[in-house]
Amino acid sequence: MSEEVKNTAAAAPAPMPAKPASSAEPALIVSSSPHFHTKSTVDSIMRWVVIALLPACLAAIYFFGLEALRVLAICSIACPAFEYLSAKAMRKSNELHDGSALVTGLLLGMNLPSTTPWWICLIGSFIAIVVGKMIYGGLGCNPFNPALVGRVALLLAFPVVMTTWPMPRIPASLKADSALTEVVPASSATPQATASAVMPATTATPLKFSKGSRTHGSARNLLSDCTPAHQKAPLTYMQMFLGIGKSGSLGETSGLALLLGVILLICLNIVRWHIPVCYLGTVAIITGIAWICSPDSYANPLFHLLSGGLLLGAFFMATDMVTTPLSRTGAIVFGVGCGILTACIRLWGSYPEGASFSILIMNAFTPLIDRYTAGRPFGMPKKKGIKMTA
Amino acid sequence: MIKIFHFYGGVHPQEAKISRGVSIVDAPLYPLYTVPLAMHIGAPARSLVKVGDTVLRGQQIGEPASFVSSAIHSPTSGKVKALDVCLSPQGTQLPCVVIESDGEDTPAEPLPPIPDWRDADPDILRKRVAEAGIVGMGGASFPTPVKLSIPPGKSIDTLIINGVECEPCLTADHRLMLESPKMILEGVELVARILGVKNVFIGIENNKPDAIQVLDKEAAAYTDPVIHVLPLHVRYPQGAEKQLIYAITKRQVPSGGLPADVHCVVQNIGSIYAIAEAVIHGKPLYERVTTVTGTPLVSTGNWRFRVGTSYAEAIKLAGGLKEGASIAKLISGGPMMGMTVYSQSIPVMKNTSGILLMAPEEVHQYTSKACLRCGRCNDVCPMQLMPGILSVQIENERFDDAQNWHVMDCIECGCCAYTCPAGRPLVQHMRRAKSEVGAKLRAAKAAK
Repeated sequence: MSEEVKNTAAAAPAPMPAKPASSAEPALIVSSSPHFHTKSTVDSIMRWVVIALLPACLAAIYFFGLEALRVLAICSIACPAFEYLSAKAMRKSNELHDGSALVTGLLLGMNLPSTTPWWICLIGSFIAIVVGKMIYGGLGCNPFNPALVGRVALLLAFPVVMTTWPMPRIPASLKADSALTEVVPASSATPQATASAVMPATTATPLKFSKGSRTHGSARNLLSDCTPAHQKAPLTYMQMFLGIGKSGSLGETSGLALLLGVILLICLNIVRWHIPVCYLGTVAIITGIAWICSPDSYANPLFHLLSGGLLLGAFFMATDMVTTPLSRTGAIVFGVGCGILTACIRLWGSYPEGASFSILIMNAFTPLIDRYTAGRPFGMPKKKGIKMTA
Repeated sequence: MIKIFHFYGGVHPQEAKISRGVSIVDAPLYPLYTVPLAMHIGAPARSLVKVGDTVLRGQQIGEPASFVSSAIHSPTSGKVKALDVCLSPQGTQLPCVVIESDGEDTPAEPLPPIPDWRDADPDILRKRVAEAGIVGMGGASFPTPVKLSIPPGKSIDTLIINGVECEPCLTADHRLMLESPKMILEGVELVARILGVKNVFIGIENNKPDAIQVLDKEAAAYTDPVIHVLPLHVRYPQGAEKQLIYAITKRQVPSGGLPADVHCVVQNIGSIYAIAEAVIHGKPLYERVTTVTGTPLVSTGNWRFRVGTSYAEAIKLAGGLKEGASIAKLISGGPMMGMTVYSQSIPVMKNTSGILLMAPEEVHQYTSKACLRCGRCNDVCPMQLMPGILSVQIENERFDDAQNWHVMDCIECGCCAYTCPAGRPLVQHMRRAKSEVGAKLRAAKAAK
């Protein structure tokens, strides 16, 4: 970075030696302290995030078959490719080795149904990387989570494709006898979905049922309502947590796989626990209050937590370092804000899903949250915070 | 003894205190000593000698030029070869006296010892500390007599002795505590009497259990005042003055303030030892214990060097470099706050706590990337600043913003840069802003 070089030169003018150092002396490096450094780098952080995403990716491939692999592969190749091309076009140095484009690609893929056609994956990748990240200056400069920018753009542009999900695979023991010949439930099947040999039918996600139930007035038997047609027993919460028989985008099925990944990241100090805990807690409290007030019209909090993209959002989208507040207090504010918005959209909005929108909205608040949660420095009198400047 | 004391933030880098088991050895006499006249913060001392003068060991060769200044004494006997300038670790030039040793090491008449110091007037003791040219030996080298004079309107109730040595690699204070506990405790009582305080604490990090044990045992004999030896959680920068005061007393030194504002005085172990020697034996400060360490060296250890010994001699004393080894960085001080120097001709000074050599493979070279906003700098900053935000402001030269975000409170401990995954030179940014803002504040003051 040329800017960096300029700053360094201004900060540390090299003074002339009092006497010229004798030529026998070795050339020594002169630099600002500290001279020790942790091993952690941007590259290693992104590598760990990819590793943390693997369980969920494998679960997606298990539930949706090779179609899932196809979507993930297209996104995770297209995102780095678009980053490379835009860096070229902008005459910037190529930072592909940091792996952040791969992370964006995987996250975008996990936000798509397995039936998404290849060209929609490409459009999503383009929007995520070029519009969501590179035009702001690349990693670290983007105000919004790139994968979510891509997903929301696709959701608005191709609403049918983005909300038509194939039936996930379920273990043979759970299958009803006539599973494969069942009729297609509520949502309309897209040509892509019906053309798919692996997934013969499409289904709505459990969350969509909860939305429908509000108008039909029976939120009490949601679980049996949203049980896939080819499964004999009604869906259980444990099944929903494991991802069995729950349709949705690739990364929305198995809560267990997502949880494993996020626990790894929390242990490595890559993700602050404050965001997922406050986010999920707030959603649980608000939907819980609504449920207690009117159990007929609102789904219970456990159902809300386990359905839709909430876990994926709370664990991997809302915890993106670049677009979230710096301090722990800020992380708490951010998590609570995401929770309030998600719960409101889910309970009273017109979309069944609220995680993507609420995270993007809170991303926009991040600089403000940073400013107001800036801690009181050591030794500062209590009331004197950060002075505002234009 | 059960409660472990600590502070906010901080990091725990590898300790690498490989010389902790090596006893202190007196360095031999060298033919040439380059004695800087500014080994302290404040005005350089005024030289009392001319070229060609004969000097004796311990003879005063520089007198304090102002209130914040210090006396300088000759490290050995010999002839003044030149009044010259030499290089400081910061890369600036210092006036210096070059002394050619005569090999005799003849001592000058010592300052009269004060054996009955327990009954002596504090002003006499304070005067002795000034005569002996004692400065803070932990690194900042602030003249000790100034620190021991309580500013008008302030009161002191607590004396804290800094035996933390939180910098990785350094072991000089650790060895001094182990080998001269009696002298140190006498020095502690002495300083407590000068200040007239009753609360006396020695803070030592838990990674030096032997030193804690030895001092604790010896301290049992002291009852007026009682000397408490406190084990501290191992966390860098525990030895930073404000952090140490907070860890022990839970008092926060106000922003821009001094320890005296919270009724505390902090003294380094090395300074305490020097004060005890000055009062009890009448010996001025012309030598100190310095750790010479680093993986490229044949041996590492703790030596008692006369001031003015060049780094090159110190490295030779440690056996020189291993076969095939080379140095990439030569650091004055420890790896977290030490300064890299580019010449081995730099002399050991009163605040040289360590000489550290780093091999090329140990030097972590990285390019600065855009801030990833991971917030780790935020978590580790012991002053609870936001280094990430500050560094972006400083990169864009928004120094007014940086001032409002409290950049002047930065203690340059290096925790933020240590932990930054994007390899941003955060400390360098802070220093840049501090000098810019400092210049602006001074200009505003001058205009008034």
